[in-house]
Amino acid sequence: MKRIPLVVTLGLVAAAGYSAGAWAQAKEQFVPVNSYWVGPYAAGGSGIAGAMIDYFKLLNARDGGINGVKVTWEKCETEYRNDRGVECYERSKKKGPTGATLIHPLSTGITYSLIDKGTADKIPIVSIGYGRTDAADGRVFPYVFPMITTYWSQNTAKIKFIGAREGGMDKLKGKKIVNLYHDSAYGKETIPVLDAQAKIYGFQVTHIAVPHPGNEQQAQWLQVRQIKPDWVILRGWGVMNPTALKAAAKVGFPRTKIMGVWWSGAEEDVIPAGDAAKGYIAAGFNAPGSNFPVLKEIQKYVYAKGQGELEDKSRIGTIYYNRGVLWGILTTEAVRTAQGRFGKGQPMTGEQVRWGLENLNIDEKRLKELGAVGFMQPLKLSCADHEGGGQVKFQQWDGRQWKVISDWVPSDQKLVRPMIEASAAQYAKEKGITPRDCSKEK
Amino acid sequence: MLYREAGQFKSTYAQDQQIFPILQDRVAIAILLAVAFLLVPAFGNQYWLGAILTPFLIFSLAALGLNILTGYAGQLSLGTAAFMAVGAFMTYNFVLRIPGIPILAAFVLAGLCAAAVGIVFGLPSVRIKGFYLAVATLAAQFFVLWVLQRVGWFSNYSTSGVITAQEIAILGYRFDTPAKKYLLTLAVVAAMALLAKNLMRSETGRAFMAVRDMDVAASVVGIPMMKTKLLAFAISSFYAGVAGALHAFTYLGTVEPEAYSLDLSFRILFMVIIGGVGSILGSFLGAGFIILFPIFLNLASGWVSGLFGVEISFAVVSNLEVIIFGGLIIFFLIAEPHGLARLWQIAKEKLRLWPFPH
Repeated sequence: MKRIPLVVTLGLVAAAGYSAGAWAQAKEQFVPVNSYWVGPYAAGGSGIAGAMIDYFKLLNARDGGINGVKVTWEKCETEYRNDRGVECYERSKKKGPTGATLIHPLSTGITYSLIDKGTADKIPIVSIGYGRTDAADGRVFPYVFPMITTYWSQNTAKIKFIGAREGGMDKLKGKKIVNLYHDSAYGKETIPVLDAQAKIYGFQVTHIAVPHPGNEQQAQWLQVRQIKPDWVILRGWGVMNPTALKAAAKVGFPRTKIMGVWWSGAEEDVIPAGDAAKGYIAAGFNAPGSNFPVLKEIQKYVYAKGQGELEDKSRIGTIYYNRGVLWGILTTEAVRTAQGRFGKGQPMTGEQVRWGLENLNIDEKRLKELGAVGFMQPLKLSCADHEGGGQVKFQQWDGRQWKVISDWVPSDQKLVRPMIEASAAQYAKEKGITPRDCSKEK
Repeated sequence: MLYREAGQFKSTYAQDQQIFPILQDRVAIAILLAVAFLLVPAFGNQYWLGAILTPFLIFSLAALGLNILTGYAGQLSLGTAAFMAVGAFMTYNFVLRIPGIPILAAFVLAGLCAAAVGIVFGLPSVRIKGFYLAVATLAAQFFVLWVLQRVGWFSNYSTSGVITAQEIAILGYRFDTPAKKYLLTLAVVAAMALLAKNLMRSETGRAFMAVRDMDVAASVVGIPMMKTKLLAFAISSFYAGVAGALHAFTYLGTVEPEAYSLDLSFRILFMVIIGGVGSILGSFLGAGFIILFPIFLNLASGWVSGLFGVEISFAVVSNLEVIIFGGLIIFFLIAEPHGLARLWQIAKEKLRLWPFPH
């Protein structure tokens, strides 16, 4: 009798593989939600994924979906690991009447692993605020969308902000900036941009690596103390952030002169550091706080009925939650744009959604309709430009909450765009890709 | 009844020494290979081929490499992922820098590079043993990744240190679909597994096992200690290197050095321990358990909640998976410390007596 469970198990595994095709032809738009609910980065993964689903629920409850097409989804645990991410992608890509709408890989590593696959399967890989920077060149990467702001753009905005704080870009000459980065593909991404900017503005930049996961930074901060920089740019992720803030407090480096990337600027990054985090500045592409109409609607239509995705309602309005809502807005708006061309009230395929993403145009008027004025920036993508916005807001932690301290700071596209194109051209050459001619796209 | 070797007589040495001396085993393995090579690519969908079977084969090969070193030669190593990284990055560089190189030649050359690195980091094994050697091999893990991240040449000066595998083509035939990539992976893994099986039955393999069982005795009977140990490191790293090349080229496509972290080395070591130390079959079983079982648990949790109509919080489900998986590892190790391969062997013994156990 002992062998029967094994047979059943094998049968179930086989059934799982083939159940993918057994979906009814309904008016449904399927969006895979691949994220992580366990592991060191679960705070980010669960918050973003939960918020995105909450937004879908809002659309379904309030508007009956996107022009009558209900949004459906399925969650898949990636554990922030590349192989699990690929498995989730393969599992979900054929589901729903039209297959996966688009994929949010939610990890730079998984994004890299999916670029080839998404392009072959005609499913857009959307990495908002992370991923491969040079993929912003849509001529080489037709199916990859590093939307809103890439790391390089963000970095130029940071330098602009620092310049403004110092009283003008010319005042940057002779200043010292330390780039404290997570030693990974993600962390290293901005080094060439910083070097280029250091040459232009005449500041000195020192790159200091922090090995993963970053919970030991004494040596690095002693080095910072020796250099005595005017600013420290923190490119951390997860546990590295509060550790850096605490270490800075120990060596007496002013927190008001530390500037974090947006993956270093959530509540989860500063609260563990306690008082040491007070005054710390971080970049962001979505605003904090729950005082936006779209969030109030979610409270009214979803949470008031007890259908919210998060157990802890107080997370609404946190950085990660709002970011997830923003992702939900972009996902559904891309589908809406695609429907405008390929048929209102129809589920869209990945290829059609790609068109929708490239022709996405969220202006102030649309933001008002969405209830998201000031929540996110106006956004317009094109065939060549898969980034869109490129603006950054800065926020400061006052010990209790994030306070926005700047308007949208535009990035320096004159510097970034040629670098993106050069890097994309190298990729195209290695892979033997002929870039698309954007003037021929309709 | 079916699995009985009565009546199978061996009249030549060749018959006596073949890999599978029992007829039923030969038939079973032939059926297995036929299914894997013919039926699976014909009927498997992209999900099965691209996301389940290909990584399973690749990690089996990596586990096989480590099993040669740890299971057969008794040298504990925590650097397998680093050797995989060498294989992946060197294949990329060979294809990039030597135009027109056949991809299989690039795999072999990359494997040889990994073997060379393996020999260098295997040198401490001449003097130290056991846990101390494991700690020494940690150096490989950190040093190799450090070099790949710091020296721009390896990633062709990519800003983020990431490489993208080139297209695979053999004699103009392009391997561009999951089914073709699966077949290529399967062919490489099958050939290398056969090679490993034969190697372990040869003089070299017996020397490895002699070193593992008691190195003093082995050196007394005239087995050169240094040569044997370094050869074990070289062969093991070669296997890991080819596995890494396949990992980058037929599975992920684009890889970052961080993908080959210490965590991966540990997972491969667990594959060997759970599958069966010193067993070729065990490498495959272990890889299957570590790679496929979490995915099965993930799918099963969906069915369970669908079946009973209970809405469980996804965070709870995700955490439960990890807990169940950990519990099963402990269960298997208590129930059978010699791994899944030993369980299979016991099953075979029982089958021979069935239905009349005595």
